[in-house]
Amino acid sequence: MKSAVITFPGSNCDRDMHVALNKFGFKNQMVWHNDNELPKSDLVVLPGGFSYGDYLRCGSMASKSKIMQSVINFAKSGGLVMGICNGFQILVESGLVPGVLLRNKYLEFICKNVFVKIDSKDNPYFKNLDKEVFELHIAHNEGNYFCTNDQLKEIQDNNQVAIYYCNDNGKTEEKFNPNGSLNNIAGIFNKEKNVLGMMPHPERMIDESLSGEDGSIFFKNLLNNIK
Amino acid sequence: MKVSAIITLKKDVLDPQGKVIHQTLDGMGFKDINEVRQGKYFEIDVKENDPKKAQKIVEDMCNKLLANLVIENYKIIEIQ
Repeated sequence: MKSAVITFPGSNCDRDMHVALNKFGFKNQMVWHNDNELPKSDLVVLPGGFSYGDYLRCGSMASKSKIMQSVINFAKSGGLVMGICNGFQILVESGLVPGVLLRNKYLEFICKNVFVKIDSKDNPYFKNLDKEVFELHIAHNEGNYFCTNDQLKEIQDNNQVAIYYCNDNGKTEEKFNPNGSLNNIAGIFNKEKNVLGMMPHPERMIDESLSGEDGSIFFKNLLNNIK
Repeated sequence: MKVSAIITLKKDVLDPQGKVIHQTLDGMGFKDINEVRQGKYFEIDVKENDPKKAQKIVEDMCNKLLANLVIENYKIIEIQ
């Protein structure tokens, strides 16, 4: 299975994602933001970081990069596109998933492990997983998900919430919400569920001796789902 | 022409930075504040001499990049 990770100026999780994808059997290729065409891929990943220094709004400049037109076309034709952290911000700014990511409620940069609960497995990313609660790492300043009431209704009607912040038992209460995001939302899909944006970093949880292996479970399952 | 535009957060969107500025001003002795909202200001010099056309160009920029219309409004405040 082939994957492509896009490197924007200021991306800093692109190499981690490359290592993670290769570790679990993808043949990954790094793609520069100024390229016009995506290589033939089964999965495209927009990585975390601080693309364009987070100028104007996080992800806003990167969403207008040359390569993004190809990424948008790939997504519109049903291709799997995953945006992690700054990649999620780029996805919302490019209109591939609804809503925006605002400054964290208490204005602090949050860097810690959190628990997230998978809402629905009716999608190519989470189907066949045998657990619902994952421990993943977050590191962001703008992860406070927000959308209009109309958008929220549509998101809920279409089961587009991918993951919620929760505790280790899967309880999704406000006190387990690290950044003030609407309804504890940590990640969402587009309507067709081929585009996934989420704040947590699965690529940081792929080694027991570092921080944990819940990311490994996610990547192994994703590869099997795509095969 | 020089076109000036301001971008403000919509009414229902939480503005944590504005809130902190409010609290700090309050701590400095400015006790008469109801609310502080923070926004952005752009001054764009466009290669267009017709004010109406210049305004249109900057409005287009606001719609496509400078503002995110899910959370922000924009207003052209000056053309000179």
